Amino acid sequence: MTTIISLLQTALPLEGESGGGLPAAIDWARAQFALTAIYHWLFVPLTLGLGLIMSIMETKYYRTGDAFWRKTAQFWQRLFGINFAMGVATGIILEFEFGTNWSNYSWFVGDIFGAPLAIEGIVAFFMESTFVAVMYFGWEKVSRGFHLASTWLTWLGATISAWWILVANSWMQYPVGCEFNPDTMRNEMTSFLDVALSPFAIDKFCHTVTSAWVIGGVFVVAVSAWYLLKKREAEREMALKSLRIGAIVGLIASILAAITGDESAYKVAEVQPMKLAAMEALYNGGEDQSLTAVAWVNPFKQPDYQNEEEAPLRLAIPNGLSILATRTLHGFVPGVNELLKGYTREDGTVEPSAKEKMERGRAAIAALVAYRQGKAEGADEASLNVQLSTLNENMPYFGYGYIKDEAELVPYIPINFWAFRIMVGLGTLFVLFFAYLLFLNWKKKGIFAPETFNFPLDLSRSTLGELSTFNSATLWLAIALVPCAYICSESGWLVAEFGRQPWTIQDMLPVGASVSNIGSSAVATTFWLFLALFTCLLAVEINIMLKQIKRGLES
Amino acid sequence: MTYSFLQHYWCFVVALLGAILVFLLFVQGANSVAGSLGYTEQGRRLVYNSTGRKWEFTFTTLVTFGGAFFASYPLFYSTSFGGAYWLWMLILFTFVLQAVSYEFQNKIGNFLGPRTFQFCLTLNGILGPLLLGGAVATFFEGSNFIIQKDNLLNTGAADQLSTFNFQLSISSWANASHGLDALLNPWVLVFGFAVFFLARTLGILYVMNNVDDEDIRSRGSVRLIGAAVPFLILFVAYLVHLLLKDGYAYDPATGLIFMEPYKYLHNLLDMWYLLIILLIGVVLVLYGIAIEIFGRPNFQLSFFNSQLNQGIWPAGIGTVLTVLALLLCSAWNNTAYYPSTADLQSSLTMQNSCSSEFTLRTMFYVSLLVPFVLAYIIYCWRTIDKKKITSEEISNAHHAY
Repeated sequence: MTTIISLLQTALPLEGESGGGLPAAIDWARAQFALTAIYHWLFVPLTLGLGLIMSIMETKYYRTGDAFWRKTAQFWQRLFGINFAMGVATGIILEFEFGTNWSNYSWFVGDIFGAPLAIEGIVAFFMESTFVAVMYFGWEKVSRGFHLASTWLTWLGATISAWWILVANSWMQYPVGCEFNPDTMRNEMTSFLDVALSPFAIDKFCHTVTSAWVIGGVFVVAVSAWYLLKKREAEREMALKSLRIGAIVGLIASILAAITGDESAYKVAEVQPMKLAAMEALYNGGEDQSLTAVAWVNPFKQPDYQNEEEAPLRLAIPNGLSILATRTLHGFVPGVNELLKGYTREDGTVEPSAKEKMERGRAAIAALVAYRQGKAEGADEASLNVQLSTLNENMPYFGYGYIKDEAELVPYIPINFWAFRIMVGLGTLFVLFFAYLLFLNWKKKGIFAPETFNFPLDLSRSTLGELSTFNSATLWLAIALVPCAYICSESGWLVAEFGRQPWTIQDMLPVGASVSNIGSSAVATTFWLFLALFTCLLAVEINIMLKQIKRGLES
Repeated sequence: MTYSFLQHYWCFVVALLGAILVFLLFVQGANSVAGSLGYTEQGRRLVYNSTGRKWEFTFTTLVTFGGAFFASYPLFYSTSFGGAYWLWMLILFTFVLQAVSYEFQNKIGNFLGPRTFQFCLTLNGILGPLLLGGAVATFFEGSNFIIQKDNLLNTGAADQLSTFNFQLSISSWANASHGLDALLNPWVLVFGFAVFFLARTLGILYVMNNVDDEDIRSRGSVRLIGAAVPFLILFVAYLVHLLLKDGYAYDPATGLIFMEPYKYLHNLLDMWYLLIILLIGVVLVLYGIAIEIFGRPNFQLSFFNSQLNQGIWPAGIGTVLTVLALLLCSAWNNTAYYPSTADLQSSLTMQNSCSSEFTLRTMFYVSLLVPFVLAYIIYCWRTIDKKKITSEEISNAHHAY
């Protein structure tokens, strides 16, 4: 975590650097948002993933009436509760940060962006907070069916919440269903359905939520593995049965995450080609593009994309990128330089160069200035219409009017490149590992062999003997995958958010024009306060979680 | 549905959320006095477990209040949160601390100790209502901000974007305090403390209702006087000040803001229904308090005695009605609800700060879900609270704080 933050602070080109080397308010605002979002995303995926698994377990209790499943569900719900509190605590900041740190942004697109946030509160948060209370305190107060419904509704509330916040996030990446109003100086919604059901949002939601289920699966498998490694008699049955459920959820989720991830990448290629170029370190594109498996991209330095042909030591899958981005074997994929210099697509349409977009953006801003001045001075309608038509003609490039140098349009390639690879690499590892666990379960081998843990429980047999190296390694690997799952998940966010720089809203508003008018010292102070506070709370949370796991069913 | 209706409707929804939030601040109010109300270790635990089953409602209402404000009045959201940075950040910090304190305080592995998190609950219990009250008071007292939408088109600033100098900012605070200056206004403090003592009053009433413990209930009736008396003094003082003060009026014909003597008194007289709601609200709050003070055995007043420990309900409903009337008085009837003391014409009205008609209409349909949401909240609340909290229950509970 600290490494990521220090990367944000030190490795990135700072907006304020040319002004004297110190980070400006915009840098601190970005760092603070990144910090709080990264922390928040440490807890949300476990809420979504563990929520699903504990709901499945309680469903088993409801169907069978077996007290074992009640105890098991309650155990996982206790761990859920510890994590849930941190998710709530870190989440409130994010909602208000749009206003506190991104004041211009909040006005410029608040007409569109505010709605999903309000709906999230009304529809999702209340569902979550009401039914989580029934889940915690209702075991002896409500019927089994009502309690089960409350557990599922807690999970559903969290998932609906993810839907609306991802709708909001996707709109920033792919703004649809709106038009600019020069009189109010903001973008206004024209189609709620376009915003709420944007294909970009659907893909993002599916990919994000399934990746969260992977974390749930990894967590349950790891905790169960620890009990088995420690040969804990009291938790053995729970551990083996939980491990199996965790592995099933994990395998389904990691396969779904791979499929939805592929679809997300396809959408990125369509609407954010610069992000894809940065993810791939694709300096010069073209047809028949291969997909980079690995290459040497210096993690701490923006590469010389203008002069390098491609990243050094590159190993690639032939035509892989063309297939990923265009769904055709020979499809054209633009690289960073094509995107800056402009290019002609296969259908004959021309993508303007960055310079032309910047000129057109300035023309849009100039026309808007003239329109507003004319209106204030009572100019005639004909002259106002001239300005409006210039504005409308150049509006798709409005945000480029704020860009000073075309280099600003290239996201920081090293983070995008490496984070993408880490995400995909670890995601593949999860698919393999869960498949391997379920294979062992199917074949009744390894940790699932009857002789390993004397399972199904047979009291006539002796207690557990020594674990073989093979079984120990399997269980230790399961535990080692917990940090990997978090790194994988956070890497996904790094790609999503760093890849769209310099835009707060793609092509519409860059970060520099979105920020609040607060001095850098104020934002720096809150950045360090959040860092200290969240780190301290995280340490407490981890310690409580570990102690709770150690106590097991006894607790 | 006209644009004007939607503006008034959304103002009502936001005000209602604000009013419910103030009622739900009973969580903070009880936590602020948990030490003396609970008195013993077990007593404190009872108080924290009582509020611990409700804190998420307060928290969620705060978040939804923010979200609804953003969706319906984005210029307020961008101006107030981006401008009064420190005031809002302090509020948020205390709520962050509160959110983990319940779950963490008594868990094994909490290396900071239970006292640390109990301190956080107390801190949030004091600063949360005080600062939120202060923030609401600025709706009447004004804040130091300037709005200049054309700043976003300041191409001179755009040329120097890399050394971003804020010339692009639409909303700016006119001084360096970023919201803390509001606390220098004595009337803001009077209102802030009134909200704080109201929250404490409601908190005591709630715990007396929710916890089945005679020690806590009898201590509560004494502590109630210590909270209710200052609340009433501060509230009446502010109400008189409000009715006599000049207010920020808006001329719909020209769009200009101007100062109008006795504006808020005029608002209550023009909108007589708000005055009635306000008076009913105040009477209910007083009635709720009276139940718990005069209903105790030592007073032998059978009228109150029969409703003993139920004071939270009239007082809670009264709080919602009173705050709703006050918030609507700050915005309806051509009033600038977020006035600027730095530049009068920058003041925010429902008309100049709201979302587009399309968005407000879309959100209107979403808001039809609110009664449904309220219904399941009330159902679940009643289900969980059917049996009052006791020491035995906490000792044997599957989940306790």
